[in-house]
Amino acid sequence: MQDTIISASGVTKKFGDFTAVNDVSFEVQRGEILAFLGPNGAGKTTTIKMLTTLLKPTSGHVSLDGHDPAHEQSAARRTFGIVFQDPSLDDELTAMENMQLHAVLYSVPSDIRKTRIEELLRFVDLWDRKDSLVKEFSGGMKRRLEIARSLLHHPKVLFLDEPTIGLDPQTRNHLWDYVQKLNREEGITVFLTTHYMEEAEKVAGRIAIIDHGKIMTIGSSEELKKQTTTATLEEAFLALTGNAIREEGASSADTMRQHRAMWGRGGRR
Amino acid sequence: MATIYILWLRQLKRYSRSKSRMIGSLGQPLLFLLALGYGFGPIFEKAGQGNYVQFIAPGVIAMSILFTAVFSGIEIIWDRQFGFLKETLVAPVSRTAIMLGRTLGGATVALFQGCIIFVITIIAGFRPETWAAIPMAFVFMALIALLFTALGTAIACVLEDMQGFPIIMNFLVMPLFFLSGALFPLKDLPGPIAIITRLDPLSYGVDGLHGALTGTLQFSYPVDIAVLGIISMVLLAIGSWLFSRIQV
Repeated sequence: MQDTIISASGVTKKFGDFTAVNDVSFEVQRGEILAFLGPNGAGKTTTIKMLTTLLKPTSGHVSLDGHDPAHEQSAARRTFGIVFQDPSLDDELTAMENMQLHAVLYSVPSDIRKTRIEELLRFVDLWDRKDSLVKEFSGGMKRRLEIARSLLHHPKVLFLDEPTIGLDPQTRNHLWDYVQKLNREEGITVFLTTHYMEEAEKVAGRIAIIDHGKIMTIGSSEELKKQTTTATLEEAFLALTGNAIREEGASSADTMRQHRAMWGRGGRR
Repeated sequence: MATIYILWLRQLKRYSRSKSRMIGSLGQPLLFLLALGYGFGPIFEKAGQGNYVQFIAPGVIAMSILFTAVFSGIEIIWDRQFGFLKETLVAPVSRTAIMLGRTLGGATVALFQGCIIFVITIIAGFRPETWAAIPMAFVFMALIALLFTALGTAIACVLEDMQGFPIIMNFLVMPLFFLSGALFPLKDLPGPIAIITRLDPLSYGVDGLHGALTGTLQFSYPVDIAVLGIISMVLLAIGSWLFSRIQV
């Protein structure tokens, strides 16, 4: 009956002395929506990177639709679509060109390429802007384009790493409705991370609360509330992770963005 | 194959849309051509070496290709910083194909930039020895473009951000240029510098260009082509290995 599509057992990832993910184990069933909820620096993105072949675990084993992302990379990569936490579009290309590039990389047959790109761009309300360069887009428009792009090859698993950051409530609702529809109608498994409790509660069947690289608990929102004897998911979350504010070092990417903002496009030389 | 093509096309589109970059990278070769070409001209002539603009033009063409090529290769760092690299890294295609597409795209851009400079040198008074040797000159321009884009790509794979960029410029790209025979003849150089210039791969590219455009060869076509070709292949292999190991 149970049909596991994502599994992690005893997964640890260390960067030097720092342990980003510490002995994490979980399973996601086919067709399920699982939310990873956790403070900044809890290990959410690192977990996603290990599942999506971008990082190799220091120890432990992950599996994606029967493939090991650390070793059978191509097979694993064919199974998923991903919206990264930070932008991953080519600013110098148009929305259409970004979509086409993705379609080629994922060998979407050319006869369905055109209709599917149109359908998705219409869905995210960017069809009118298809020939505009992405660098002219607002943050929300870029996000919508990335979401459309991640769905282009009809993945079995969709990873959404804080996909709604910077989106207005309208777009956010629109996005989650669509994700739920995809999940219902196409049976796509969704693995998402978010900071927003109400999103996790509304969308996800099960929620994993992760902190300091460890999964504190995993279960439905009802179960989490019962377990912590709290009334709301937010209280449950705080009961499990404490009130301390987390610090996260500025990555070199942030520094670079500042440089670019300062120097404009000339910084590219 | 489709992967290589689409990433090649991407490099070309990015280049054609970046007018400031196109114009900006003309400045330096132009300065060398005019300031050195005409400034040192009289001395060069007195030393019995002939017309300096004639001598320096192939070197300036090589220089523009060298700089554009290394920059194109190093563009991977920008993609890493601004996120697009991840999109290609999670795609179900071989990383070698991604790396090849980018490198060929960058090399095409560098070759094109070299052609623009070629035209400019002719406007500035440079005259190739024989127009029939132009195809040979293109072979060398393409080889220089390929070799140094592959070098830039390989370097970019091990750099996290642009912090190391000035080091690359000052300790690699500039020496490659100044020690290549682009500015002075390699003939009759004193011992150590003669050895160093022979270790510089660009020397063989500049030599080939000199041979094709001005009819004076220090080495020989087969040696020049073999050295450039072999080093390009080695750098492509190293780059592709490094690229396949990138984790973000």
